[in-house]
Amino acid sequence: MTVIAPVTTDTVASSAPFWRLKGFPLIPVSILLFIAFVAVFADLLAPHDPQIGSLARRFKPPFWLEGGSVVYPLGTDHVGRDVLSRLIFGARVSMVVGITAVLVAGGIGTLLGIVSGYLGGWADQVVMRITDTWLALPALTFAIFLAAIVGPSELNIILILGLVYWTRYARVIRGEVLSLKQREFVRLAVVAGCSKSLIMWRHILPNVTNSAVVLATLMLGVVIVTEASLSFLGVGVPPPKPAWGLMMADGKKGLMVGYWWLTVFPGICIMLMVLSANLLGDWLRVKLDPQLRQL
Amino acid sequence: MKQYIARRVGYSLLSLFLLSVTIFLFVRVTGDPVSLLVEPGASPEDIENIRHQLGLDQPLWEQYWHFMANLAAGDLGQSFYYRTPVLELYFQRLPHSLLLAAVAMALSLLIGIPSGILAAVRVDGFWDSAGKIFALLGLSLPSFWVGLVLILFFSVYLGWLPSSGSGGVAHLLMPAFTLGWYFAAAHMRLTRSSMLEVLGSEYIKLARLKGLPEALVIGKHALKNALIPVITLAGINLVVMINVAVVVETVFAWPGIGRLLYEGITFRDFPVVQGVVIIGGAMIVLVNLLVDILYALIDPRIRLES
Repeated sequence: MTVIAPVTTDTVASSAPFWRLKGFPLIPVSILLFIAFVAVFADLLAPHDPQIGSLARRFKPPFWLEGGSVVYPLGTDHVGRDVLSRLIFGARVSMVVGITAVLVAGGIGTLLGIVSGYLGGWADQVVMRITDTWLALPALTFAIFLAAIVGPSELNIILILGLVYWTRYARVIRGEVLSLKQREFVRLAVVAGCSKSLIMWRHILPNVTNSAVVLATLMLGVVIVTEASLSFLGVGVPPPKPAWGLMMADGKKGLMVGYWWLTVFPGICIMLMVLSANLLGDWLRVKLDPQLRQL
Repeated sequence: MKQYIARRVGYSLLSLFLLSVTIFLFVRVTGDPVSLLVEPGASPEDIENIRHQLGLDQPLWEQYWHFMANLAAGDLGQSFYYRTPVLELYFQRLPHSLLLAAVAMALSLLIGIPSGILAAVRVDGFWDSAGKIFALLGLSLPSFWVGLVLILFFSVYLGWLPSSGSGGVAHLLMPAFTLGWYFAAAHMRLTRSSMLEVLGSEYIKLARLKGLPEALVIGKHALKNALIPVITLAGINLVVMINVAVVVETVFAWPGIGRLLYEGITFRDFPVVQGVVIIGGAMIVLVNLLVDILYALIDPRIRLES
């Protein structure tokens, strides 16, 4: 099944800055940068403590509704914590978990993909059989299983997501390495007497970096949704840390009586972040690596 | 042909073996399995007894042998919470999951196939872009959020649909849509690309040259071939749906396998969690095998290639 993608030719000269490239997803990238900014400066930006509330001011609505006030612009939750502050600190949780989990998954997957693709033989067999098997386990179910064993904590979630998602990298990277292996420059390196590890490190790795970056961007969205889902189910980031998924789980009880702001706002944050990551990944995919258009 | 099938079966058996080893090792290596396999609040003597009973004082390979023997006999252990065998619980819930998955699949195909065709017929047109956005939204929105927003509108504000539980058709609509939307994106993308491929082939050109009306060319000649990969994916996804509905079933309190898994987590009922994961993985390995064999039967190129 091949996707027929139209051949795009850049109308902008190659000396133009990257944000003026054709079809550059300016809005998604701005959103991601904004979330990153908020995550870094959460301490300065948040008007209140995200983890301390007071029952005296619980379930305050957003400021534009009756009973709301600008002191708590997006309202307060079931224990009186400021929703806006929790969203701001939640950005930090999502960014940290999302990026590090993608790095873990990408690191393991790229390494094993290169090794199994280049060395072939039994190493390839072992890695690919494990990859096939792990891919058969539905990602979320597998993650829940692991979380149930090791218990929830931020570090554990990162490791779990890394363990669950490396297989996707390994498979794509291995495919790339198989074709790179046949190329002249790799053969010449072999003739020149380079060791296998040197070839993998110096000649193969730089050539799969593009694909790894594209995969990482696309994976960021998946990882963030999975983290939010785990938190929502109660096996993700443990309370009282302000994770967006956890906020929605807490807010669910209030939904039936009309406290909609507790679920809607964190949901919008997750949506914006994931949508932006996916749009950026889609663009990068076409831009950096025509071979990956089939993904 | 026989050789091909034999090798596929071999690979699947190997996958099932690795699956069991993975699960077995994760439980035993990442901490004390007794704490997972024994009910919370057991006394030290009880724990020692159970450790012996479960054979956890034996060498690892013997434990694995024991674990596999139990699995082969269909014994997935006993639920702490319900006090019934895990397999029995699984089969109690399975019909609900099947029903939900079937309706969700129907909805996702009803959305995915027509929008995929529209997108392929007018590449880069309005429907193509609209379809892309719709698909991307389906993939990007966490299903629990879609579920909660639906509840907010249709249950809280409009009061049209029940927010949770199972029963009539009304109970099915929201969970099925939530689950189906996510998969609609994949079905739409595949329909589009497969349709584009078919539309570029010789026999479609011939059909057009004959002067057949465009609707007939697309709706009959092209669609037939373009749908083959979509139906395959739908078959696999039906099984996947049963196993990934945990979030949707939790949001809508739908009593299926996913809800069972959620209960397993909240009640710290480890045998249930383990059982659901094992059966889910095995199911998907088997469906992949089935698809591989069916494809080889239908398409001689595949078996020659191997």
